[in-house]
Amino acid sequence: MNTSPRFTTLALMLAGSLALSACATKAPKQLPPDPGAGVGTNSSQGGMQGIVPGSQADFAAQMMGQDTIFFDTDKYNIDSADQAALQAQAAWLMRYPAKRVTLEGHCDERGTREYNLALGERRANAAKNYLASLGVDPARITTVSYGKERPIALASTEEAWARNRRAVTITID
Amino acid sequence: MTIRLRTLAPLALLFTVPAAAQTASPPPATPPQGTEEGGLSGAVSDDSDWQNLGIAIPAFATNADVPTQTSAGSTSALGFAMAGIITANLQNNGLFKPTGPTSLPRPALAQIQAPDFGTWSARSAEMLVHGFVRAEANGQITVGCYLYDVALQQNLAKAGWTVPPAEWRRAAHKCADMVYSRLSGESPFFDSRIAYIAETGPKDRRLKRLAIMDSDGANHRYLTTGQTMALTPRYSPDYKSILYLSYFQGNPRIFIYNLETNSQRLLLQSRDPLFAPRWSPDGKWVLYSVARAGNTDIYKMPSSGGDPVKLTDSPGIDIGGSFSPDGSRIVFESDRSGSQQVYVMNADGTGQRRISFFGGRAATPEWSPRGDQIAFTHIAGNFRIAVMDPGGANLRYLTDSWQDEAPTWAPNGRVIQFFRTARGSGKTGIWQVDLTGRNERKLETPVDGSDPAWGPLRP
Repeated sequence: MNTSPRFTTLALMLAGSLALSACATKAPKQLPPDPGAGVGTNSSQGGMQGIVPGSQADFAAQMMGQDTIFFDTDKYNIDSADQAALQAQAAWLMRYPAKRVTLEGHCDERGTREYNLALGERRANAAKNYLASLGVDPARITTVSYGKERPIALASTEEAWARNRRAVTITID
Repeated sequence: MTIRLRTLAPLALLFTVPAAAQTASPPPATPPQGTEEGGLSGAVSDDSDWQNLGIAIPAFATNADVPTQTSAGSTSALGFAMAGIITANLQNNGLFKPTGPTSLPRPALAQIQAPDFGTWSARSAEMLVHGFVRAEANGQITVGCYLYDVALQQNLAKAGWTVPPAEWRRAAHKCADMVYSRLSGESPFFDSRIAYIAETGPKDRRLKRLAIMDSDGANHRYLTTGQTMALTPRYSPDYKSILYLSYFQGNPRIFIYNLETNSQRLLLQSRDPLFAPRWSPDGKWVLYSVARAGNTDIYKMPSSGGDPVKLTDSPGIDIGGSFSPDGSRIVFESDRSGSQQVYVMNADGTGQRRISFFGGRAATPEWSPRGDQIAFTHIAGNFRIAVMDPGGANLRYLTDSWQDEAPTWAPNGRVIQFFRTARGSGKTGIWQVDLTGRNERKLETPVDGSDPAWGPLRP
């Protein structure tokens, strides 16, 4: 940016009363609303009493932790433990064929933000594909990636990261 | 709301010097980019030791101490605040040793154009910044800014601006930019803004809001409430809008926030998640990434709307992207080789080739506005901000911490901001480092901050 002819330019600008636009600075009285309501994730619901068969509470209770599968660093393959969990999920889903599910893909904090969003999507999609291979109609399954934005284990340790590299199945009541 | 920043020949207004004399004798020319004559010895990217040039920046004088509509107070207080802002700007660059108004005598108005050089050489100042502030009848503020070489007893540069009261800090940034450019030979960058994500709350439920601020953290403003998670903003080159990612309705999509109307809309309708929005340098194109069936690719579309063009087609994750300053090429990130690495392609998607070959992973590449460097996140254990040339050679680390991520360039390509995450707590902060890597500091923000995106120099 050459600034040498500054004074000449300035004089011209003054003469023409040229108004250079800049961005707005007047703060609005209140913030504009966000596009919409917030997002929920991993909401565990209710206790064991009064669980309605076929509900998310029922799914979570029945799965006994197998509503979540875990991944190695930077990986998205479905290993044998994941297969067992997804088979249990598929069995439940076959029993309640009207239920729709959301598969959340998550990553640990040791990745860059945008890559993790894509990686989380890839993980959720791998789980979706496996459920589909077991006969669950893929049209019943939506995926969403939270990247590294929603950890469940809060420490910065290998153990915590392993727990955060996950895909969680949530049925939609 | 359009804010006017009028530049003018200040002396003609203040002193009875013919305006023609001002225009006829411009200050010494700033050397063209790429040459070192007239500037300090060495380049900003040089690893050699810096000269610390002593600059005295006393309070600006005023013709009359009267109230103003600025947040700084009267013209006298404003003159003091101006010098303080300029001092803060010029610190932390590794170039200068500025001394601010708190420890310096305030010059009289008559001395602004005829400094008492003896006073300043006795204080060991090598350079001297003088200025004046004047309140106009219509409430606007006129500011004059002068740079002197104390030993030579010579004026090196001068400029003036008339600004609306709410924009008074811009005049100080313009003055700091003039001093910085004239003395370093580099392009200015202080009069610019930053979009970022303000973060609060616990690690597993961080509230993330879109926010904007000046390059020094002033004039901070939240744009979203945090009800919906906001990520990865990018200022448009004309500062009129911001692209960012929002989880509105539960899925990641790209929104354009219009700063003139304070309204926002979807960049485009999509059943698939969209990430990583970017502007082309001319603002005519938008890059974005789409995840479809586990495969993420980069697209571009006209920012005014129109048909998207798919730029990548690898089975892996291709994401992000940053245009070269001339718009002809795009640097982006891909894991097609098995891990995140940096690739370059032509702006039409042809000629894709990997440029990062130094072990570890290489992510979030950003092309310098000068075109000579690519900043990125290098991951080998820790996350560090690094630069390389556009061919992938000359890797140089600028930071060394547990997790530094997502560099963004100052408009002059000489300073980089990024965000640093603390191990354990997950707390984030925006940091700034120059190209020597020696001058690193945290930018103060009201709450935690991440995903900084530096806009261009303001018009």
